[in-house]
Amino acid sequence: MVNFFINRISKPRQYLFSVLIVCAISAICFWLSTYIGYRVLGFILLLTVSMIAMVFDILPVLLTAVLTALIWDYFFIPPTFTFFVGTTEDMIMLLMYFVIAMINAVLTYKIRQVEKMARQKEEKANTVKLYNTLLNSLSHELRTPISTIIGATDNLQNNSAKLTLQNRHELIAEISKASFRLNQQVDNLLNVSRLESGFIQPKNDWCDISETIYDVVKIIEENNTHQKIRISINPDIPLFKLDKGMLEQIIYNLLNNAAQYTPEGSRIEIMAMCYADIMQIIIEDNGNGFPEEEIKNVFDKFYRLKGAKTGGTGLGLSIVKGYTEAMGGTVRLENINPKGARFTINIPAKTSYLKNLKNE
Amino acid sequence: MNKAEILVIDDEAQIRKLLEITLESNDYIVKQAATAKEGMILAANHPPDLIILDLGLPDENGHSVLKKLREWYTNPVIILSVQSSEEDIISALDNGANDYLVKPFRTGELLARIRSALRTANTEETTPVIICDDLEIDLASRTVKKKNELVKLTATEYHLLSLFVKNEGKVLTHHYLLREVWGPGFINQSQYLRVFIAQLRKKIENDPNRPELIVTESGVGYRFARKE
Repeated sequence: MVNFFINRISKPRQYLFSVLIVCAISAICFWLSTYIGYRVLGFILLLTVSMIAMVFDILPVLLTAVLTALIWDYFFIPPTFTFFVGTTEDMIMLLMYFVIAMINAVLTYKIRQVEKMARQKEEKANTVKLYNTLLNSLSHELRTPISTIIGATDNLQNNSAKLTLQNRHELIAEISKASFRLNQQVDNLLNVSRLESGFIQPKNDWCDISETIYDVVKIIEENNTHQKIRISINPDIPLFKLDKGMLEQIIYNLLNNAAQYTPEGSRIEIMAMCYADIMQIIIEDNGNGFPEEEIKNVFDKFYRLKGAKTGGTGLGLSIVKGYTEAMGGTVRLENINPKGARFTINIPAKTSYLKNLKNE
Repeated sequence: MNKAEILVIDDEAQIRKLLEITLESNDYIVKQAATAKEGMILAANHPPDLIILDLGLPDENGHSVLKKLREWYTNPVIILSVQSSEEDIISALDNGANDYLVKPFRTGELLARIRSALRTANTEETTPVIICDDLEIDLASRTVKKKNELVKLTATEYHLLSLFVKNEGKVLTHHYLLREVWGPGFINQSQYLRVFIAQLRKKIENDPNRPELIVTESGVGYRFARKE
């Protein structure tokens, strides 16, 4: 943490700081010199060099070493206020001071270089790991539908004589499903790369939240017939000023997740509320919930629940978190009684109760 | 009626093939161009009844092709665009495109849009009484009936609705609606539009939460869709 700040101090400033610190310490030493012998003061100066070596670059440290040696000689070693050294003993001490200060500077610098390299290596290893996870889940997630499409079209082209009409319809339905899945994965990837790029700005505009929710639910229900989604929104909820595209993506991913991972016939409910300037959306289901110990990880990129069925890249919830935070909001997951999961989204947004202008 | 002629300008051979098969099997005559230049020449030599224009062409930006076309070409233009480019779509609609489709699209949807665009282009005079399902709109007497009962609309609501029915099947952008109904100073006051669309839906839709007449085109605008 300290290093992080120090590294941001520019080179010329490092020289300036070194000189200032040396001057300050020297002044203190000068005041102390009436009470303490000059040899102990030498050690205090040496300590200063070591401390500076821990945070600054090599050249400012070498400057500090030379400067403190000269100051020690001039102000403290008798006869004081000359560069002349009185005794052989002091001469040896001064030389040793100089050498030790240099060694100190160089060694500390080297240690820091090694540390830096180790850190870079670790970062690189992490990137490679992330990249591999991405490639693995991607090649699976993209190749499965591609294989279906290739296999089905092969069959239709080369084996058509042996296929019954029903077979043919089924193959075509599989191609259609696979393409839909591919398209969804590409959408996910585009969303992730948008978030990864780091400069997504929400495009805020007035949004009728109930319209948005009904539209998303309609899309989910068109592709999923296992569950019915219940919607409860207070009809007096205001308009919110937020990024509708992001909000749609958030709601879609959460509902889609619930629809895919809860058993057939489960209840899924979406609620929208307004607290002062906070828009709150709650999505609840009575499925199996999440293992408690994994709740903290589910929003991580590529994270998939242990033993989760195949399919899915582990991107959906990370996109939910990314977009929510991009709008300055928060997302929370908890299990509920007796069973099921609840996602709570809070997004701060301007509101408008313009709905009262009925007679215009 | 003669077969309508459609010009497809798209650089992707696969998309052109797909459109050719889909359109020809639905009794349209299809002409194809892979570049903007080729497309402009074909359109100028023999103006088609409708143009399907891809925005991502190799030799020229689709928007500038659209602008050049609109200097003289008055028949419908339908835009094809890739996903996540709402700004592109809005600017194309503002530059005179009649409709848009986002790739990947359903061919059924494409055919519906083509039919709707051609129909609108052919009816010069709007008929005074428009009937959609159980909704009846009389533009001459400015009355609206739902299930044979008179619906009371405010002046603004009626203005919105009349814009929709006169442009049936066509996407109307937020800016267009705000400018037409409230005036040029209001094009950024989208909260008015949200409120009045919601009110209008309550009065004319069977289920205002699952609208079938005034359909939302996310991030772009609204479309008045008459059931076919």
